[in-house]
Amino acid sequence: MYKNFMTGTSMLALLLGAGAALADAHGGPLKVGVLATLEGTYTALGEDGVRGLRTALAQADNQAGGREIEVIIQSTDTSPDSAVRGARKLVEQDGVAIVIGPLSGSEGIAIRDYSKTQPDVTFINGISGAMETTYVTPSDNFFRFNTDGAQWSVGLGDYVFNEKGWEVVATVGEDYSFVYTQVMGFVTDFCQAGGEVTERLWVPLGTKDFGSIIAALPDDVDAIYLGLGGGDAVNFLNQYQQAGGDANLIGGSIMVDGTVLNSKGDAKNALIGTPSSGPQADTWDDPDWQAYVKAYQDTFAPEDRFPSPSLLATGYYNATSAMLQCLGEVGGDLSDGQAAFRECLTGLELDAPNGTITLDENRQAIGSNFVSEVVELDDGSLVTQMVKKVDGVNQTLGLEKAAFDGVGLPSRDTPACQSSY
Amino acid sequence: MRAVVARHPVWSGVLALLALILLYLVFAVWPDALIDRIGRKKVFLNALFNGITLGGLYFLVASGFTLIFGLMRNVNLAHGSLYLLGGYIGFFIADVTGLWLLAFPVAFLVVGLLGVLLQIFVFRRMEGQDLRQTLVTIGISIVLADLMLWGVGGDFYNINPPRWLSGPLETGLITSERVRSSGEVVTSYLKYPMVRIVIFLASVVIGVAMWLVLNRTRIGMLVRAGVDDRDMLSATGARIQLVFVGVFFFGAGLAGLAGVVGGTFQSVAPGEDIRFLLASLVVVIVGGMGSIPGAALGALLIGCAEQFGSVYFPTYAVVLTFLIMVVVLAFRPQGLLGRG
Repeated sequence: MYKNFMTGTSMLALLLGAGAALADAHGGPLKVGVLATLEGTYTALGEDGVRGLRTALAQADNQAGGREIEVIIQSTDTSPDSAVRGARKLVEQDGVAIVIGPLSGSEGIAIRDYSKTQPDVTFINGISGAMETTYVTPSDNFFRFNTDGAQWSVGLGDYVFNEKGWEVVATVGEDYSFVYTQVMGFVTDFCQAGGEVTERLWVPLGTKDFGSIIAALPDDVDAIYLGLGGGDAVNFLNQYQQAGGDANLIGGSIMVDGTVLNSKGDAKNALIGTPSSGPQADTWDDPDWQAYVKAYQDTFAPEDRFPSPSLLATGYYNATSAMLQCLGEVGGDLSDGQAAFRECLTGLELDAPNGTITLDENRQAIGSNFVSEVVELDDGSLVTQMVKKVDGVNQTLGLEKAAFDGVGLPSRDTPACQSSY
Repeated sequence: MRAVVARHPVWSGVLALLALILLYLVFAVWPDALIDRIGRKKVFLNALFNGITLGGLYFLVASGFTLIFGLMRNVNLAHGSLYLLGGYIGFFIADVTGLWLLAFPVAFLVVGLLGVLLQIFVFRRMEGQDLRQTLVTIGISIVLADLMLWGVGGDFYNINPPRWLSGPLETGLITSERVRSSGEVVTSYLKYPMVRIVIFLASVVIGVAMWLVLNRTRIGMLVRAGVDDRDMLSATGARIQLVFVGVFFFGAGLAGLAGVVGGTFQSVAPGEDIRFLLASLVVVIVGGMGSIPGAALGALLIGCAEQFGSVYFPTYAVVLTFLIMVVVLAFRPQGLLGRG
């Protein structure tokens, strides 16, 4: 009797489960998981990433292909294991069909590996920018609609060497994959232009006290490249000012991003005039960009957002737009292992606010890059102003694949500073 | 002093030698051979000073923690949240009034009062139940962290020191001497952030004052007696609950004060609470639970370890503090200045 009862219950459970799965395939709300760094050093970055996602969803009225989108947000803390834990929870517990994220470089590499164990789920990168994520052993169901950290550096080295006349540079960066990738892009560009990189200093992600690093900065250089982000960037600038530092600075992409330029206090003023580069420039006059900035501003009350979207918001916005567009194209149909949806993503030419984006054979974005300088507006706020735009930047930075492989994977000392690669 | 030297001749000798070496490293002009071996003097001096000033900040946080633990055997794992709250309060006071100095008493008072509430409504109800207190304070710290995130968001807040404190100070310590081809000698001196020096001096003053109060006054006598034997003290008629409330007020207030200090030379943001809780745990374990001089020594060690680590072996800097903790636990589990 008891056994029968158990069998009956299990059958019922199975039927119900199958019913739920069926409902999932044909209409009903579609569960989308989101990974963002809502804890630790990159909290402000993760929050703005989520704002970008919400902006895209609000534009689409929270619907795609006739289905409502149900968003489940999971916080991470920039560590790869927190990202995998978060993704596991989203996929295995909440049963999401699509994951958007993660935000930070090393998280991206971990999620790429995790995505291989979940072939039925599609992963669209949030804004993580380590090169290896899509360049080494890429995953079939991991798509990245943002250019990587090295692509974000394209044009900067050339600009500071030729326009600013800075010939010798030292770098300071957080000790992890994304900043290695950024420095790689900068070093290849800068050294090919004729510059010299004398020293590369690395600090752990989440460093609060930079006093000793600031003292260890070499005096005999023209400028210092800063590959820091979030709280680390603010702390560095604060202590750099207190120590009376006055060297020329060059900013990494998230060093001079809205997340730092809008921080409270005076520390950020050290950045005025700093050249940097990345996938966007805050004051670009392109109508699509302006429309996107307006959409971001309209979606949130002024006290709940930055004056204009940071590059993290733009990354999540683009990832979400790509998803919504392709969901619309396939009519919300994710059957057959999401084959039609993925095919759409692969061939998509995304009309992003920061320029057209297409994917290469590794499902990695090819897009535009912006070299900019920090300027102070009349109301005292700081923004980046475009000085140069480079279109069609691919992951091998315009080099032949063989030559690019010869440069080596980015690390603390790679690539070497050479005049040609 | 003489008695100590007589009892531990070898250790005294080693300490004296280390002190001499340190004095040489700080005041001498380094010969080239030394620079080749361990780098520029400017880097070394900065790491040393930064370690000491960072130690000052750690001391402010950890001394409140160790005081509360020593007297009440409460492991208050919400101590980090009190630090963070102090930082936010300090930022808003300094921002609204423009008076940096005003931030300190306000943060001290408000956070101290919150500590009193914690003592009255939480700890008094579960006296002697260590596990329950630990779990409840973890819970409180999570709730406080989320409330603060809700209230002020995840941004980074920098408390701006007044103009007379920002910028560097010429210390007069020589970092290098260079002879130019013309025979002229170029001497460069160490520049050091003014605000860090002032903050360090302030924490020394607070530390000495605490030591004096504990060892030279009637209140201090009550507290020390409570640390040694709580039950006996209350049996003599001392109003022990009042002493507890007072100590909790002071300990929590110090954490709030430290928050303002931390917000001035670093920044306040979500996550700092855990970091400073961890730092004060390590400091207290190294220095000895319940000992104020122990907290000072532990804070100095950990601060210097972090700074020297970040300059001389960055890869393993994170491990260094925990290595110190492991060594202390292995050879002197009660802490360097703790009582066995």
